[in-house]
Amino acid sequence: MTIIKTKYGRRSFIKSTVLAGGGMVLGFSWMAGCKPTPEQVLNMPKEWFNINGFLKIGENGVATIMSQNPEIGQNVKTSMPMIIAEELDIDWKNVIVEQAPLDTTLFKWQIAGGSQSIRQGWPVLRMAGATARRMLMEAAAQEWQVPVEEVTTEAGVLHHKASGKSIGYGAVASAAAKVPVPAEVKLKDLKDFKIIGTPRKNVDGLKLVKGEPLFGLDYRRDGMLIAMVAHPPAFGLKLKSVDDAAAKAMPGIKDVFTINTYNNGYEKQWCDTSAFPELVVVVGNTTWEVMNAKKVLKLEWEPSTAHTETVQGWGGPQKVTVPGGLENTNDHMTKMASLTAKAAKTPLRKDGDPEAAFKNAAQVIERTYTAPFLAHNTMEPMNFFAHVTADKAELVGPIQTPEFIEKTLSARLGLPLEKIDIQMTRQGGGFGRRLYGHYVVEAAVISQKMNAPIKLVYTREDDMTQGVYRPAYHVTYRAALDANKNLVGFHIRGGGTSESPVHANRFPAGAVDNYLAEEWTLETNISTGAWRAPGSNFIAGAEQSFLDEVAEAAGKDPIEFRLALFDKAIASPVGKDNDYDAPRYAGVLKEVKEKSGWGQTQEGVHRGVSAYFCHDSYVAQVVDVVVEGGKPVVQKVHCAVDCGIVVNPEGAHNLVEGGIVDGIGHALYSAMTFKDGTPEQSNFDKYRLIRHSEAPKSIAVHFVKNEIDPTGLGEPLNPPIIGALANALYKATGKRVYDQPFFMGKQMLG
Amino acid sequence: MAIFNLNINGKKQQVDVDPLTPMLWVLRDHANLVGTKYGCGNGTCGACTIHLDGMAMRSCQMTVAQVGNKPVTTIEGLSENGDHPVQKAWLEHDVAQCGYCQAGQIMNAAALLNSSPNPSDEEIAGAMNGNICRCGTYIRIRAAIKTAAG
Ligand code: FES
Ligand code: FES
Repeated sequence: MTIIKTKYGRRSFIKSTVLAGGGMVLGFSWMAGCKPTPEQVLNMPKEWFNINGFLKIGENGVATIMSQNPEIGQNVKTSMPMIIAEELDIDWKNVIVEQAPLDTTLFKWQIAGGSQSIRQGWPVLRMAGATARRMLMEAAAQEWQVPVEEVTTEAGVLHHKASGKSIGYGAVASAAAKVPVPAEVKLKDLKDFKIIGTPRKNVDGLKLVKGEPLFGLDYRRDGMLIAMVAHPPAFGLKLKSVDDAAAKAMPGIKDVFTINTYNNGYEKQWCDTSAFPELVVVVGNTTWEVMNAKKVLKLEWEPSTAHTETVQGWGGPQKVTVPGGLENTNDHMTKMASLTAKAAKTPLRKDGDPEAAFKNAAQVIERTYTAPFLAHNTMEPMNFFAHVTADKAELVGPIQTPEFIEKTLSARLGLPLEKIDIQMTRQGGGFGRRLYGHYVVEAAVISQKMNAPIKLVYTREDDMTQGVYRPAYHVTYRAALDANKNLVGFHIRGGGTSESPVHANRFPAGAVDNYLAEEWTLETNISTGAWRAPGSNFIAGAEQSFLDEVAEAAGKDPIEFRLALFDKAIASPVGKDNDYDAPRYAGVLKEVKEKSGWGQTQEGVHRGVSAYFCHDSYVAQVVDVVVEGGKPVVQKVHCAVDCGIVVNPEGAHNLVEGGIVDGIGHALYSAMTFKDGTPEQSNFDKYRLIRHSEAPKSIAVHFVKNEIDPTGLGEPLNPPIIGALANALYKATGKRVYDQPFFMGKQMLG
Repeated sequence: MAIFNLNINGKKQQVDVDPLTPMLWVLRDHANLVGTKYGCGNGTCGACTIHLDGMAMRSCQMTVAQVGNKPVTTIEGLSENGDHPVQKAWLEHDVAQCGYCQAGQIMNAAALLNSSPNPSDEEIAGAMNGNICRCGTYIRIRAAIKTAAG
């Protein structure tokens, strides 16, 4: 049994209040409850969370768990309350999960979500549930005049065995609210879990299938106007002139004007990314009217010049250079190739003597991998409701970083933070796109100007061509084999547009005696940002494809080849700071090997394998490809995952399947390309996303059982699948694929 | 502007709009039925699927004038209490992730089962191919359609 303290530093983690009409409310603060390590703080833009929440037990014994964590499809609104309910020891049937209300004086409601929700929330949510349970036990003990140690709980009922007394949580909830918050509480043993680890359905499931208004785009208010924005058609352009006469004369149009999203001289935060801060706005009564008026705007554009900006990142302000000019995909490829061809001034990491290893190698394998920019394409386009008046701002919609955007809004609107309320709706996908909240600010500025409630709506075209893309990448791997076909040298050199995908300390660093990692970045005026599994969504596939070729050259089975490297990393790791737990890494590979029946040949089935560790979870996958009518088809995917304790197997399976489908789709079909700065894809007729007929026929998911604290599942699934898919395609077709998307690049298949 | 007497989910509803307004925006902005979703506006994502005379249609590709007084069913009208066999199957398979595409998926699946009560995998893939799910729930959708088919 674990005993944990409920107070951190000077701040109390929990406050309790009597509920009007009987019952108790426990408010708890995540930020006080779990202090991020300095390392986490540094890594937070991609994996940030911060939540305040509360738990309410009514006099009828029903527990309401307020969830204000943004739900972007990652199941947190279901799985996180499950953790509280477990420690509270209440029947899940008696739990209601609600989105937190907008206004309360008790709590602060700014929350950001990310793939770290479960990992960071685990100790906090357990503590909240356990604290409430302990206070209920103390209240019952007082009522019965018995020692609290003799009080037990079961499914929302308190018992005293010796006297045979029992009482429901609801009956003592008011009294419990007056019990001082205990300094420490006991957590359940994992073996006593009744809710965690059992499949539970999405708490919004019924509302979703009934089409109830849950999303930002569904939000409406009396007197609300609709606003749309027009941005430059190409990166590298800005507004020159506006002729809005025709647009203003269109039916239903209230006004046309230009806005600047940020004030002059404003120092951007990392989440303020926007390539187009100056926009033309059309405001009118209905969506269709505004869309039509936008079409008759006569806008002229001119080149924007190169400039530098200071952006408040993690670890302090950073100077960012934004070049001028109109960029092309072909030029990006040429420039990236020449950067990869050059040695870096200082390597990121060097172990042993890689130069000598390659010079003396019996065989050197060198391969280059590339990937294009990608758009997020959340199915719900960017949108936000804003009502800004002289003394307050009210905002409602889908945003992953409200805590940060509130600061941007405060600076832009000239309102103090406490005058800005942000309410979260359910979000029609996030994938990192809604970390960047320029559209929230735009909505607020438009409302302020109109002095009216407005909803800003991006069309799909606006959404897809506005920017904040996954960067394009280019990387070359080299491997040195000695005469006995042992891997004696490993070299990675690569980079990307505005961000390098090279992680110097990831596998196979630590498993090869002579190792070299180098990186570069290419400046671009095309805005980029975090995209599902940022930093890993390309490199995992490249690395795992390359290792497959190296294993083949070494004459080894690809799983045995990797396992031997992990054995070495366990027995005699090379270098320091190796960024993985080799036994857990090898563990998922062994699991997928066994569960997929690896090594048994099946007629007509071509298999590829991969394994990767990112976002704190370990994943190994085997893809089975068959050839139907001359085309490769993904028949089955076997997947082993080690994400520690699985809180909600139902939601977890769904996320694993989704990550795999999404990863396969983007590897095969998706790309955002540019001609003279203009995105060449602006809707789903040109931008290919995976569709029903292209999804794997089945996916078998195997979770490694252990007692490690849970980690996230929203991101780690799609990076490795690209490698397993490429390796299976090779077996099926005899051709290696190096350039994503595989069906649009040089290697046309199918 | 013109007056249209619409027949939505068994109820008469009058709207005064530009005859070229896509049915999607009439539903969302004028009829306050926002279960029908906007995803692309050019007929390539399926999020806006409704039933017109029982057939699945992309409401972003159909003007209010084309719809006229023909019976329209939206996700809100598929059943009283969310207990249409397709909705029940969706819940049983816990299909939704973000959930945004699912109204369109459900409407398309319900129309498929009307015309083909026992669809094969190929038929399902063919009929559902116009409905994108960025969250990647296709496998559960297929399973749910099979459950709903019984
Ligand atoms: S919104 Fe109609 S098909 Fe996409
Ligand atoms: S569930 Fe998110 S787009 Fe389908």
